[in-house]
Amino acid sequence: MELVGFSAFWRDFRENRVAVAALLVVAAILLLAIAAPLFTPQNPYDIGKLDLMDARRPPGYVGSGGYAHILGTDAQGRDLWSAILYGLRISLQMGLIAGSVALTVGATLGVTAAYLGGRSEAFMMRIVDLQLSFPAILLALVLSAVLGQGKTQLIIALVTAQYAYFARTAHGAATAERNKDYVEAAVSTPMPTLSVVFRHILPNCLPPLIVVATVQIANAISLEATLSFLGLGLPATEPSLGMLISNGFQYMLSGRYWISIYPGIALIVLIVAINLVGDQIRDQLNPRLKR
Amino acid sequence: MLGFVIQRLLQACAVMLVMSALVFIGVYAIGNPIDVLISPDANQQIRAEVIARYGLDRPLWEQYGVFLWRLLHGDLGRSFVFGMPVLQLIMSRLPATLELTLAAVFAATLIGIPLGMYAGYRPESPLSRVIMAISILGFSVPTFWVGILLIFGFAVELGILPAGGRGETVSVFGVEWSFLTLNGLKHLFLPALNLSLFKFAMMVRLARAGTREIMLSDTVKFARAAGLSEGVIMRRHVLKLISIPIVTVFGLELGSTMAFAVVTETIFSWPGVGKLIIDSISTLDRPVMVAYLVLVALLFIIINLSVDLVYAALDPRLRRARA
Repeated sequence: MELVGFSAFWRDFRENRVAVAALLVVAAILLLAIAAPLFTPQNPYDIGKLDLMDARRPPGYVGSGGYAHILGTDAQGRDLWSAILYGLRISLQMGLIAGSVALTVGATLGVTAAYLGGRSEAFMMRIVDLQLSFPAILLALVLSAVLGQGKTQLIIALVTAQYAYFARTAHGAATAERNKDYVEAAVSTPMPTLSVVFRHILPNCLPPLIVVATVQIANAISLEATLSFLGLGLPATEPSLGMLISNGFQYMLSGRYWISIYPGIALIVLIVAINLVGDQIRDQLNPRLKR
Repeated sequence: MLGFVIQRLLQACAVMLVMSALVFIGVYAIGNPIDVLISPDANQQIRAEVIARYGLDRPLWEQYGVFLWRLLHGDLGRSFVFGMPVLQLIMSRLPATLELTLAAVFAATLIGIPLGMYAGYRPESPLSRVIMAISILGFSVPTFWVGILLIFGFAVELGILPAGGRGETVSVFGVEWSFLTLNGLKHLFLPALNLSLFKFAMMVRLARAGTREIMLSDTVKFARAAGLSEGVIMRRHVLKLISIPIVTVFGLELGSTMAFAVVTETIFSWPGVGKLIIDSISTLDRPVMVAYLVLVALLFIIINLSVDLVYAALDPRLRRARA
């Protein structure tokens, strides 16, 4: 069933050229980010390689390293192209880790609540609803202020801000599955409750969760960039895209646009591409739009 | 209906209590405000005196109790940095944020809903595709980045609009407003545009999704069979039916737009509460942080409560189920 489902899914997906292009862009960015050292002339985090003489040079400037800085350099003399690829690495890392942890926590919570039912379900979902009524950005803002700077702290902040979306989705899907005959059948066997929940109910809740996951990974990346821009995200020694943009912002008013604009373009291309892929998956999985 | 209202009110109070405790404990985990309060060369006696004056030597639960007691009397404490009552400080910044938020949300709703309805009515037309493309961008592109682009485009390159600040204000009943002067409006335009883009995208999508579903419904079929013009059907029937989710979102978004204003205010140096909270986080001004968060929590609880009640009033099915 899995394979047939996937090839049918791919056939539908292929029809939307924009979504295919977006998928290719995401793949290309992933490749560039993973293999960043191969595509960059400089390790932007190696302070010994940086020369302040090269700082804030426009795109195309040939610096002390003897190569052209195709996108210019930032205020510390970093080659921007290198800094962007390494920044993409951090942004993607944060987005993927935060997204997967939030998916795991949220899905477990939502499915468990739906299975348990009764008061514990009402209590758990009430908390989730309550959290959903607060904007994620505010939660993330407060948490990163409380926890301080650092990757782990940032991931905790992002997960706390996002798990509720997964919990709500998983709960909705699992409640629908809970009353189906195959679950009744599985419950009537001596199989342990945990297997029924995680091997039977959970897999059937995956499609809507995948849709939420694509959107939430893009959101996590954007949230991380926003927090870093506000100076609350990651430490400045390993600048993510948001930090690069933030660092360049002060030079923009004097016309040195490239320090902010190029990392920003990279960020936007990444987020828009992920969202376009997610949109197509959602349309395909939405039974209401099926003809 | 009355039982429903009372139940919701009690729930809101419980939530408020829990939120205030969480915020209080959370914020008190951050750094040591004593270093901010007292100059490094102060002697031991002065140190002890200041610590005692702010009650920082007492156990946390006692500090929380004192905080709650004062809160009930409308006293949110004094700012460490500004040396004035926090409530007064926040109130002096609130009009700026309110002005920005309302401008953004109204612009987003008034422009977003008609465009979204059109996109739902003619999903395949080129204009609809353009509208949807803009809304995808509005959803995807982080607010701070749009703000930077706006400043770069309109303030740096074109030089036609100011990059920050509130501009001239007019005092009405002792409150300063920007939107009443031409210069103030110029200052308001870019931040409001920046803040509204996300909401605009959301309104377009909601209106489009709602319209697409309702166009296939029997209501529309019968209305057409009755010979009503398309314009009348859209205005009288479709708009009314899609308004329920839109009212909900409008209410909820008013709050989250105020929260998002943090980012916009920071970029455009808009002197509202959002900029205040970011500044107090960096200066460890605890009373301001706690007060802001408690007030925001209160705001959200009030918004949720009123959305629930408006919902019950708008949707007869909900009314009957609860009666």
